[in-house]
Amino acid sequence: MRNVYMDYSATTPVKEEVLKEMIPYFTENFGNPSSLYTPGLTAKEGLDLARERVAGLIGAEPSEVYFTGCGSEADNWAIMGIADKFKDKGNHIITSSIEHPAILRTCEYLEKHGFQVTYLTPEKDGRILPETLEKAITDKTILVSVMLVNNEVGTIEPVKELAEVAKARGILFHTDAVQALGNVPIDVKELGVDLMSMSAHKIYGPKGVGALYIRKGLRFPNHIFGGGQEMGRRAGTENMAGIVGFGKAAELAKAGLSEHIAHSENLRNRLIEKVTAEIPDTCVNGTMEHRHPGNANITFKYIEGESILLLLDACGISVSTGSACSSKSLKPSHVLTALGVPVEMIHGTVRFTVGDFTTEEDIDYVVDNLKKIVARLRELSPVSAEKGW
Amino acid sequence: MGLYNDTVMDHFMNPRNVGEMENPDGVGTYGSPVCGDMMQIQIKVEDDVIKDAKFKTFGCGSAIASSSMATSMIIGMTIDEALEISNKQIIEELGGLPAVKIHCSVLADHAIKAAIYDYAQKNGKTYAGLEGFDPDADEDEHEHEDIEE
Repeated sequence: MRNVYMDYSATTPVKEEVLKEMIPYFTENFGNPSSLYTPGLTAKEGLDLARERVAGLIGAEPSEVYFTGCGSEADNWAIMGIADKFKDKGNHIITSSIEHPAILRTCEYLEKHGFQVTYLTPEKDGRILPETLEKAITDKTILVSVMLVNNEVGTIEPVKELAEVAKARGILFHTDAVQALGNVPIDVKELGVDLMSMSAHKIYGPKGVGALYIRKGLRFPNHIFGGGQEMGRRAGTENMAGIVGFGKAAELAKAGLSEHIAHSENLRNRLIEKVTAEIPDTCVNGTMEHRHPGNANITFKYIEGESILLLLDACGISVSTGSACSSKSLKPSHVLTALGVPVEMIHGTVRFTVGDFTTEEDIDYVVDNLKKIVARLRELSPVSAEKGW
Repeated sequence: MGLYNDTVMDHFMNPRNVGEMENPDGVGTYGSPVCGDMMQIQIKVEDDVIKDAKFKTFGCGSAIASSSMATSMIIGMTIDEALEISNKQIIEELGGLPAVKIHCSVLADHAIKAAIYDYAQKNGKTYAGLEGFDPDADEDEHEHEDIEE
């Protein structure tokens, strides 16, 4: 059976070139980069190079990149750290209703501890308007956090414009760029953000390593206390192989960015065109104009997402769904809810994300199987276009 | 290891008794697409015995599998026997369901009762097992519980 992975927004395979650079750091280059003898210095060189490469992908100085254990840790650290540092100046934080749980749950925690959080609602196309942000700002606002690319519908948020609004009022701006990294061009100076979260495993690097960009001069409390690693700001012996892998993945992402975007867009568009043309009662969620190049978020009316996922899995196809039934929380997607998608349609939503190893044959295989699966589940369904919901 | 056991997957991949009948003696539906699960059961009754049952379900793997299992169980049963079928029995016959999925099978036992209720109404019959049953009862009992990830 063919295996077609179409969930690149969930995670990506580690590229061979990346793995090759990682392996020596488990064995011959096992030294602790904090040690002053030669094996330690060799490890330190690997650490420095990785930092340069990640900085290079986002237009930052290497000294502005701090490695973490994952993207969620970077999100948590940024929000909690800024809240802690500026709590005497104000207790108001602004974010959006379509953020990743790493942001939303952190904000909910702060709400229980005296902070007020405003969750901005996007327009129907998934974008947060600068005017919406402008209106939410109060004299107590200390931080704005809006993601660069949404993980479910792939919408690219106007972060540059939003950051300008915050900057004009002297408010710090954080962006979660976990889905954006390696999928859209990023220059932190041009974006004007103060903090930015990243993760390696979304860009063909390993799991278990992320990074937080912190603009030079911005200081706030640490969240892991201990040794002086990460320029004294994030304690813990470095995940050397992981960090080296992140660095290599960042270098490859930078070199191949335009090729990656063109390849992904081409296949994603082929998928969307074929699905919407060949399968009735389907619709694409989110704007096509400002979108992650590999993201297709599609609703199949009158059927349920987990059933689609299971039948696709039986054909060797991996996707994810906005359906409540397949999530641990049993709640329908908060992102599609914020976009105004009716709940019964959210249940029938599937997210396909293509990437560097996806081929045209993969797209055609998925469409062929989808046609059969959707028809089969509609046969089973008590609701239909004729009967209505 | 998948999400579901082999029996559940078999009933999901090869569901029994799918479809609609020409002239059903009773029809019951329960749930709604807004909830994420909706099931319709039709029954054919002769001398108080369920001769045939068909279902159509909008829902996840366990909703479809439990519909298939529930209809298989009631065919050949007397109405009184079918009215005694519980959610728990359907899950046991399926060899168990993941904890977060348990609510889905509630659809099947309620939908069976709703179909028998419809049959009883049309034929002026009363059954002890239907006492206090309201086919339009609100669906609080399968409200989704929030589970923190």
